[in-house]
Amino acid sequence: MPSYSFTVNGRKVAVDAPADLPTLWALRDKLGVTGPKYGCGIDVCKACTSHLDGEAFNPCVTPVSEVEGREVTTIEGLADGDNLHPVQEAWLEQDVAQCGYCQPGQIMAAVALLNKTSKPTDDEIDEIENVCRCGTYFRIREAIKSAAEKM
Amino acid sequence: MANPATDRPTRGRHHTVQPRLRDRIVDRRKFLIYLGAGSTLTVATKLGLDVLAPGSASAVPTPSLPQPADLRDLGDILILSGKPTEALLFTVEVTEDGRVRAELPRMEVGQGLTTAVAMLVAEELDLQLDQVDMPLAPARPELLMNQLTGGSNSIRSVYGPVRAAAAAARTRLCEAAANRWGVAVDGLRTEAGRVVGADGRTAGYGELTRLAATLPIGELVTKPKSPSEFKLVGTPQQRVDARAMVTGAFKYTLDLDIKGATPAMVRRPPTINGTVEAVNNEDEVRAMPGVLDIAVIDTGVAVVAETFGQALDAKDALDVTWGAGTVDDVSDEDIFKKLRQATVPLVPPVSLPNQLDFEFDWAPINHAPMETNSAVADVRNGRAEIWGGMKSPIVAQQQIAKELGLPPGKVVCHVVQSGGSFGRRLFWDGPLEAARISKATGRVIKLMWSRIDDMRHGRARPAAHHRFRATIGPDTVLRLEHHTAFVETDWTHGLGEILTATSAELPAGNFGFAQTVFMLTVKSPYNFGVVEQVLNEVPLKMHTGAWRSVYSVSSRCGEEIVVDEVAAKLGKDPYEFRRAFLKTDAQRAVLDKVAKEGDWGRSMDDGFAQGIAFHEEYKSRTACLVEIDARDPHDPRVTKAVIAGDYGLPINPRGLKAQLLGGLTDAISVTLRAGLHIDKGLPLEGSYSQFHYARQVDSPTDVQIFILPGESEPGGAGELGVPAAAGAIANAYARATGIAPRSFPINFPVDFEPFPR
Repeated sequence: MPSYSFTVNGRKVAVDAPADLPTLWALRDKLGVTGPKYGCGIDVCKACTSHLDGEAFNPCVTPVSEVEGREVTTIEGLADGDNLHPVQEAWLEQDVAQCGYCQPGQIMAAVALLNKTSKPTDDEIDEIENVCRCGTYFRIREAIKSAAEKM
Repeated sequence: MANPATDRPTRGRHHTVQPRLRDRIVDRRKFLIYLGAGSTLTVATKLGLDVLAPGSASAVPTPSLPQPADLRDLGDILILSGKPTEALLFTVEVTEDGRVRAELPRMEVGQGLTTAVAMLVAEELDLQLDQVDMPLAPARPELLMNQLTGGSNSIRSVYGPVRAAAAAARTRLCEAAANRWGVAVDGLRTEAGRVVGADGRTAGYGELTRLAATLPIGELVTKPKSPSEFKLVGTPQQRVDARAMVTGAFKYTLDLDIKGATPAMVRRPPTINGTVEAVNNEDEVRAMPGVLDIAVIDTGVAVVAETFGQALDAKDALDVTWGAGTVDDVSDEDIFKKLRQATVPLVPPVSLPNQLDFEFDWAPINHAPMETNSAVADVRNGRAEIWGGMKSPIVAQQQIAKELGLPPGKVVCHVVQSGGSFGRRLFWDGPLEAARISKATGRVIKLMWSRIDDMRHGRARPAAHHRFRATIGPDTVLRLEHHTAFVETDWTHGLGEILTATSAELPAGNFGFAQTVFMLTVKSPYNFGVVEQVLNEVPLKMHTGAWRSVYSVSSRCGEEIVVDEVAAKLGKDPYEFRRAFLKTDAQRAVLDKVAKEGDWGRSMDDGFAQGIAFHEEYKSRTACLVEIDARDPHDPRVTKAVIAGDYGLPINPRGLKAQLLGGLTDAISVTLRAGLHIDKGLPLEGSYSQFHYARQVDSPTDVQIFILPGESEPGGAGELGVPAAAGAIANAYARATGIAPRSFPINFPVDFEPFPR
């Protein structure tokens, strides 16, 4: 079985896996990185949203062979030790999470948006497709705007 | 965050402080009045007094008699059924580091319960919220009918008992301090986790807990605080698990590190309840990479593999010959035909000139929690240990034991906080299936349902048909008839233990259960003269279950549409008309709040409109005002919402706002776009790309939510938000487009290529 080396949250890792194994399962089942969640497996719910070389990606549809040699950042790698990322701080201030299951993906999507656009408009926020079944969308919107102010 | 499987707080030496049966709790009578009656008789009296309160419009309400749900609602019945075990509900532990721990015999699924109940404990003990640990209790069979999370009843049912238990702990700590200091207990008070003497001496709870536990206190004299003394309760608090959730540290069932647990998935039949006749390529699939085991179980063919990715590939690769399911010939057309036939006819069948008739269809809707059905099971060596989301863990444990042929005492059910429920996790089919796979393979397994399976073989609020007839007189409504038929809602979880669950399984048992729930939840808040509401059911063997606000979403949304159309017929403004026909001042208060804050009646461009609606249930009430942009009637968007909620006594206003926002998003979804199409025994929808639950782009950019203050008793919160919002959206849509909505969701094409069966 081939082995793939990449970086997860700053840590070098290697996994033995078939080339087409979705990165989500390499992370969760082989590396014990459980922040990214399974919600659909076909890149429509976006619960697994993480970053690949700083850009949002969905590990549920990205084969592990494609992340070889690259940098994966999951929700666990967003904070700097105990210092939360401003988006995480904004999430706490707005008390966004309810069941919380989609929130790692929501936060990573928001960070990716804010990395591209420092003051996102409502239309740009609307483009985030991550599903929140608890329906926290308005608080997510407020948290993104609040984080934009801080960043 | 404490989690039963992985990080149960390590406790040093500690002592348990709990009210004993011989303890006498003063003010017990008040406590019992709450538990026993929930002020329902007062409500009935109030109704009588308020019935003729003047409205501001010229419309004249026709007083209505109270309906069953006005006198005693489902929550009251659940509280009564839990009464024999109320004293067992909570054990409050004070550890030597001064922290307090109490297991919650209810389930947290995002509704903010652990935060709200921890607030009640912190309040009674004068602690900071973060000094209270509140893990979820495992199945506790001794609680009988008192460990079910549903009916918006958790806060209502634990409010008295948890405060009594915490107050008892506080009193014992004071007794211990009095004993140590040789002073009378009367002069002592508590503050910031310490007992404070009249002379200013203090002792921390941690120092006192051992003495408190060992003192020979035969009679406990204690009294929970009255709401006017609350300092923490009633103030907005952040969720206790918020930080764990934003850092990814929070552990759901499949994140638990349980030794040896191996991924498992199930290949399911092409129609609901189909059976396995033969697996035609087992050897081939066993040879696939990572595959460890294959087993035929009642619900399909289970595959155990090294990773979920490999389990998914392997289950998809299985070639299975399937037997028929239970609804193979059933499609939407048949379902709605059956529902119309089953709806008790209105008499006369053709309306008279002073009558307005309405018919509404509602598509079934999946619960679709973000975390699909999942569980971990270890069934080996004559015992079973299960981890998973269980809102009725006692009956889950009992039924799993029955299925496995084990004594219930050999089955441990750990309740794990889950990624949403909306009613779904009242059923334990995930934990049961995991137990079956573990037993069949002799392995510790972690079961995950695919999203497609969760959509198609999971549960749903079933399809419904509603018929309304309003009989109007000059400026009044003389009579409201509401006849509805639902595909049978599965109530076989009973009240959470095996006796009531078994009775729901008996012939006609489920029907009786449904009738009771309907009567105890569905009511009209308006003085519409003679009100008659009748439920009938079509027994189709599909996977159904209570979905947030069960019968009320479609019943009350329908009635709110009726209200708007009757008001129009009488030439009244929808807000003023509601105001005049609502029964109580408390009801009018939430309505007035949204009308004022939402600037009701402001002029809007073509294609835009406001809509307003009201809902009351479980001793709480809400009004919702929305604005909609429906310039394209096929792609409307709710742009603004103003919502007010009155919960009697708000525990955590922040959590209540969250519940109302969630109710709004649910209402946007079920009213405008989300539902299931049933085609030849299976839902067509298989994922969120097809099941159109709202996303950010469907959500309003302006939402204002107001929680009204109050000092009575807490009402239900979880389900309240959906029906009023649904009514407001439907009414706004009608006003914006001129199209009277009669079928929900309003826009519901099959706009996708279904996944293969």
